[in-house]
Amino acid sequence: MVPYGIESIRERIFSRASSVQQVANHALEAAESLNETLNAFLEIDRQGASSCAEQLDRVLDQKAGDVRLPLFGVPIAIKDNICVRGMQTSCGSRILGDYHPPYDATAVERLRAAGAVLIGKTNCDEFAMGSSNENSAFGPVRNPWDTERVPGGSSGGSAAAVAARIVPVALGSDTGGSVRQPAALCGVVGLKPTYGRVSRYGLVAFGSSLDQIGIFGLSARDVARVLGVIAGRDAHDATSAAVPVPDYVEELKGELKGMRLGVPRALFGEGLDDEVRRSVESAIGVYRELGAEIVEVELPHAKYSIACYYIIATAEASSNLARYDGVRYGFRAEEADDLIDMYCRTRDQGFGPEVKRRIMLGTFVLSSGYYDAYYRKAQQVRTLIKEDFRRAFERCDAIVTPTSPTPAFLLGEKTGDPLTMYLSDIYTCIVNLAGVPGISVPCGLSSIGLPIGMQLIGRHWDEALLLKLTHAYENARPFTALPRVVAN
Amino acid sequence: MRFTENEIEKLAVLARLELTAEERRALTPQIAAIIAYVEQLNEVDTSAVEPAIGGLTPEGERTASSRDDVVQPSLGQRVALEEAPDPAYGYFRVPKVI
Repeated sequence: MVPYGIESIRERIFSRASSVQQVANHALEAAESLNETLNAFLEIDRQGASSCAEQLDRVLDQKAGDVRLPLFGVPIAIKDNICVRGMQTSCGSRILGDYHPPYDATAVERLRAAGAVLIGKTNCDEFAMGSSNENSAFGPVRNPWDTERVPGGSSGGSAAAVAARIVPVALGSDTGGSVRQPAALCGVVGLKPTYGRVSRYGLVAFGSSLDQIGIFGLSARDVARVLGVIAGRDAHDATSAAVPVPDYVEELKGELKGMRLGVPRALFGEGLDDEVRRSVESAIGVYRELGAEIVEVELPHAKYSIACYYIIATAEASSNLARYDGVRYGFRAEEADDLIDMYCRTRDQGFGPEVKRRIMLGTFVLSSGYYDAYYRKAQQVRTLIKEDFRRAFERCDAIVTPTSPTPAFLLGEKTGDPLTMYLSDIYTCIVNLAGVPGISVPCGLSSIGLPIGMQLIGRHWDEALLLKLTHAYENARPFTALPRVVAN
Repeated sequence: MRFTENEIEKLAVLARLELTAEERRALTPQIAAIIAYVEQLNEVDTSAVEPAIGGLTPEGERTASSRDDVVQPSLGQRVALEEAPDPAYGYFRVPKVI
């Protein structure tokens, strides 16, 4: 049995207990054998992964390269809306189908340069639009803890792949909670870095002022290691900021004494599942025991975040998704009368219902006569939300909330009503609106054995503190439960 | 505002989506409900508030501002056409325009 964490995989490889090939094979076999149950992968790249592993083994044998690379031999899965050369990028949509991008996303390029072995592309809601993974054109991912339940979305495949111990870490993307919410529902750690921390070059755009590549892992340490590799300025993404990248693993150390944690009580009210509330409250108690001071903070405009988010995200999506027109790549509908007819048929046949709904909404809020009443208004409320966080962070160093109002729900439970589904993002989308970093940390199990996550929110660029808080919690209350598909 | 199937049809034209009658019928009440929900933003007084458009942090704002205007290698014609549904003579071929 190959161990799960990055450190132990590297140790195994460097002590020659396993070859890189053996580690990669183990991940590939797990991905293949569990895919019938979980549907977590849209592509498993046995050939690419094997030849990469072979090359790394050669480096090891001949001492011909830098074997101390931070991710040497570590198998990683990538959400299928992030470009990996040699693999498909479908975004869970028929309109891209088996599109093969001719380049690597910057984050992917950096993973490769750090010695990672990319094993495949993970399933997701179409164009990352969804909170349950049921909007994938290629069928939903199933939750490894209970296969009748959703893994969360939109990065459900990456969350499930890490929870099922197929890979120690995976990349996802987070526009309104798409890394943190599935992390919570699958019992893994999920980080959304600060807007501008990780280059989005090669991440298929959804909401450009909100999108950020995020990381799933089984521990703060593993997430820290990957963030250190992918973070930092990239000339290909003008929104990636030239802010120094600390040594996140080094920064995990140290006590929490004197640190102030803010709790926005208003967010613990109506709509929050009792078991989730109790679990997060008890995690706050753990931080108090560890020496942190708990202070109350207010986010007065938090209740408007879903409304604000669904205007801004759909507006940006309707603009970003205009590029799918059947001309340059992807699917094209047959038998069109003329060019416009070809666009319309291609988009009607290529996009699924949720994507169409959001394109229509976004087109509406941007349309002449309504722009000021909806889009501009939402951007003004967004300013107030950013201001709420600025004020709150004068009183505390990080904020604690639940990640999701409930544990994993049943497949089909919320598909009938889009608005109910949108409310799954109530604690997470506010973080994207403010551009600050957030992390979901497993903090307990419900009475029927489903994982519960708490969310920690930090100041701009302060991922190091979030990872340190996560690490401290993991040491105090190790989350050792295993999902059913692994335990069996 | 009141949202009807007629509005949906106009939006579909703007969004270049050819919706079926069934899709239009399903979308109308859904979009109407979501619009009614987001209209709760009208409770907020934003008369003196600037919209949050642009970089989200001062650091992001500074970085986004400039890059040297230097020609860089790009994909090239052959690679750019590799994924095209209907390439012809080094171009993207499309159905007749008018």
